[in-house]
Amino acid sequence: MEIKGEIFRISGPVVTIQGVNTRMYDVVKVGNEGLMGEVIGIEGDKSIVQVYEETAGVRPGEPVENLGMPLSVELGPGLLESIYDGIQRSLPILKDTMGDFIQRGVMIDGLDHEKPWEFKACVEAGDKVSGGSVIGVVKETHNVDHKIMIPPNISGTVAEIKEGTFTVVDTICTLADGTQIKMMHKWPVREPRPVSKKLPPNIPLITGQRILDGLFPVAKGGTAAIPGPFGSGKTVTQQQLAKWSDTEIVVYIGCGERGNEMADVLNEFPELEDPKTGRPLMERTVLIANTSNMPVAAREASVYTGITIAEYYRDMGYDVALMADSTSRWAEAMREISSRLEEMPGEEGYPAYLSARLSEFYERAGRVVSLGGLDGSITIIGAVSPPGGDFSEPVTQNTLRIVKVFWALDAKLAQKRHFPSINWLSSYSLYSKALTQWYDENVSPQWTELRDDAMDMLQQEAELQDIVQLVGSDALPPDQQLTLEITRLIREFFLQQNAFHPIDTFCPMEKQYQLLGAIQKFSDKANAALESGVLIQDIIKLKSKDELAKVRFEEDFDGSLKKVMDNMDKEFDSIKGELFAEGATQEVE
Amino acid sequence: MTKEYKTITEIAGPLIFLEKTEPVGYNELVNINLPDGTTKRGQVLDTSHDIVVVQVFEGTGGLNRDCGVRFSGDTIKLPVSFDMLGRILSGSGDPLDGGPAIIPEDRLDIMGAAINPFSRLPPEDFIQTGISTIDGTNTLVRGQKLPIFSGSGLPHNEIALQIARQAKVPGSEEDFAVVFAAMGITNEEAQYFMHDFERTGALERAVVFLNLANDPAVERLITPRMALTAAEYLAYEHDMHVLVILTDITNYCEALRQMGAAREEVPGRRGYPGYMYTDLASLYERAGVVKGRKGSVTQFSILSMPGDDITHPIPDLSGYITEGQIVVSRELHMKGIFPPINVLPSLSRLMNSGIGEGHTREDHKAVSDQLYAAYAEGKDLRGLVAIVGKDALSERDKKLLEFADMFEDRFVRQGPEEDRDIETTLSIGWELLAELPESLLVRIDNKFIEKYHPAHKK
Ligand SMILES: Nc1ncnc2c1ncn2[C@@H]1O[C@H](COP(=O)(O)OP(=O)(O)OP(=O)(O)O)[C@@H](O)[C@H]1O
Ligand SMILES: [Mg+2]
Repeated sequence: MEIKGEIFRISGPVVTIQGVNTRMYDVVKVGNEGLMGEVIGIEGDKSIVQVYEETAGVRPGEPVENLGMPLSVELGPGLLESIYDGIQRSLPILKDTMGDFIQRGVMIDGLDHEKPWEFKACVEAGDKVSGGSVIGVVKETHNVDHKIMIPPNISGTVAEIKEGTFTVVDTICTLADGTQIKMMHKWPVREPRPVSKKLPPNIPLITGQRILDGLFPVAKGGTAAIPGPFGSGKTVTQQQLAKWSDTEIVVYIGCGERGNEMADVLNEFPELEDPKTGRPLMERTVLIANTSNMPVAAREASVYTGITIAEYYRDMGYDVALMADSTSRWAEAMREISSRLEEMPGEEGYPAYLSARLSEFYERAGRVVSLGGLDGSITIIGAVSPPGGDFSEPVTQNTLRIVKVFWALDAKLAQKRHFPSINWLSSYSLYSKALTQWYDENVSPQWTELRDDAMDMLQQEAELQDIVQLVGSDALPPDQQLTLEITRLIREFFLQQNAFHPIDTFCPMEKQYQLLGAIQKFSDKANAALESGVLIQDIIKLKSKDELAKVRFEEDFDGSLKKVMDNMDKEFDSIKGELFAEGATQEVE
Repeated sequence: MTKEYKTITEIAGPLIFLEKTEPVGYNELVNINLPDGTTKRGQVLDTSHDIVVVQVFEGTGGLNRDCGVRFSGDTIKLPVSFDMLGRILSGSGDPLDGGPAIIPEDRLDIMGAAINPFSRLPPEDFIQTGISTIDGTNTLVRGQKLPIFSGSGLPHNEIALQIARQAKVPGSEEDFAVVFAAMGITNEEAQYFMHDFERTGALERAVVFLNLANDPAVERLITPRMALTAAEYLAYEHDMHVLVILTDITNYCEALRQMGAAREEVPGRRGYPGYMYTDLASLYERAGVVKGRKGSVTQFSILSMPGDDITHPIPDLSGYITEGQIVVSRELHMKGIFPPINVLPSLSRLMNSGIGEGHTREDHKAVSDQLYAAYAEGKDLRGLVAIVGKDALSERDKKLLEFADMFEDRFVRQGPEEDRDIETTLSIGWELLAELPESLLVRIDNKFIEKYHPAHKK
């Protein structure tokens, strides 16, 4: 097979090559500088390559070489705490080799091939192993045991197994047929890693974000989309999830977004603590940063690089959460390449395979039993950036057909600085039912009812607001005015959550339950007071109710909540007392 | 030295097509010699063994098949030097001020290279612009890209100039420069800027690139890149803090659309190229602060929204890339309020890292959030009042309604030469908040109320 040829044509990131045999998705080195690219089309004796680096200055006639393997990532110890571009090149190493600005023509390994790791074996010579079998463990970071697995397509009998200090490319195990197993193996990014079976998602991913855990939970192994216009809170929400979710591993893909945002993550994550383990968040995180000004072809690949790394940790039996910000930029990268290929465009210029690519991607989420028999999951949370904030566009629509949770960001709420600006009327979670049991057992048997009541009231509010728009709130009967006041509390004290407040940023389930319970208690008391003849104006004036607003910011949550609730009791007693003293009409309770 | 080709086969809009060349590099700079002896420049957009496509910056007017075409063998470079400060250059970097050619200290590729995200330092140095609606509620920081979204006939130029005059990092005396790039604006507008630069002496610290309305549209594709290259050079080689003003991004995007149409590309939304997001990102993302380097590049560009429509692809795609936007409002302008900045749709995403203790003042965020919330609610109520009348409002709502008016009158409104420091801005904020019942100030911690609220302050 001919592995060398030459460039025929260059048009931006799309390069046509000739004189070389290729298969689809083969990786090729292009031009004098050996830029990395991937075959994405074959036409007669020419192949079409998308190049992951800038092509300025490259000329027809320059040499190309087919490396004969598909675009793959290196999987093994050392992934955690890494920050990669879209094709698993370490950004710190790129900086060391070429400075502060990204130049081209540098190929580097995804993993450090020289770093020594302490390997502990857990199989013996004579053991039968197959794809996914764990043969040993490496302590990758303080809290993550990296399980070394037999690659999916290999099986046999262990002939020799070592223990001690090795690099990822040393042989640590030899099978009877001579196959050498290393701590690292490669896997083609566009091919999902096999699992032995899929499990139903019935455990919530607890995020510490009240509106998510409370109203629209996503299950571990589930899929969620978060569409919204610019500035509505996609990135902040994704980052909140990456920080506070009760997941073991986080893969965060900055796909075609801002450089400063990635710098922010890099700055913050080593400082912040995982609420569960108390260790720096970075120790459980892999970052992929292919910002908007980095090459589009690598942006297209970044999503696959991320999901493959996520699958690898899932196979070890971990719960992995993957955030992709933003899938729209990924779709646009597809569109850009597709239009350079002069393919027949589909809706709004996106390629006809947009919908297939999106579903293939989200299909890689799930709670599974891995080949090695371990329970693991990948939860995918994809941001969507619809042009003009219009959800009827193809990327949003195709995504909504697949995902089970829809967090609809709302520009109006964002403008009112109601954050997270997730619209509670249009968002939904199809997991709510499946998760009820978990909430019953782990939060409180009352939780579901509390939550449903809150949702109900919010629906009522929307209807009442329509009337208020016409006649003003004073014209409503007192009980409806009270409903509006209670839903205001739900919105402002429960749904709103300040991601930048050191305490409010993360709200454990127990606190969420207490807060909602407190609002419910106010509601009960207020309704009772109203029935006994207290004026709505007097209820609305109660101080304790507004003090409730600040409880969530307090270090001593329980103490301050108790104080507020005690005050509330007193206040209600006193307004009822006044009523009594005035001898106003009262009803018997 | 390089060979001249007379093999143009086709001229279409700003593009020329050539055959039978030696191998030509993608994005290479091209010189085209016209029969009348003049020269135009262009850039290779597509290159193969069969055909080469070149976009001509000065337009294809006057070109014919007899033109000679030379390929430079190199991408487009800008000669840069410290002496660029004080100079006025054309949209393709040639002196317009009658001064000598720039004696280059270096020649830099105008496309720039992406900053490695790992090399970026998160921006956090507060820039005081002296404008309350920016400093108080949409704070700008060094290394940020924060455009003005405006509309035709609105005073965005005045605002940009006020910022160029007043912007400073309080307490720092570091070197500061302005790079100004005009893209397709009128001569009159350009004069307005130049006059102000001269009046205030700012020109000495400025590099000006002018592509005016009557200059070729394709040139607009390189003007901002030249400007940003100059800015990066001053920032990273000469440790200067550079404020880049690009105006008007909309004209740039029109040129991009025109090029796309000429190449018969499949258009994206409303006829703009599908790659416009990526293309705009290659401009906006050139703002930033790099670890270990002293200078910085901050972008404060002007974008006029066609039809005042913020969902139009140009503001929309920009908003998805920039770190917020300052929105100029026709409504406020009609009310006679300057600067007519509507804080509600405006946003500075990097604000949180640039304010608070150690940057501005500990209560800054709380005050800003509270002002916003109260103004938003008050402004909303105006609609209701129009229907049901003021009397139907509750006490609370009446207060908020009044607050909205006071906010526009005292916080938003200020003089074009009025340079408010951050303390002043925050005290105006507190004075306004003090007009509201304290129970409404739910977004402010008690400790700040006790310390800063005029009713509590000793
Ligand atoms: N939960 C929150 N708490 C406080 N502020 C928030 C929250 N969510 C969003 N914001 C505010 O909204 C701004 C914009 O949010 P974000 O950057 O997440 O928007 P986005 O939807 O990702 O926009 P883009 O599509 O342009 O990237 C933030 O800078 C912050 O000021
Ligand atoms: Mg974002």
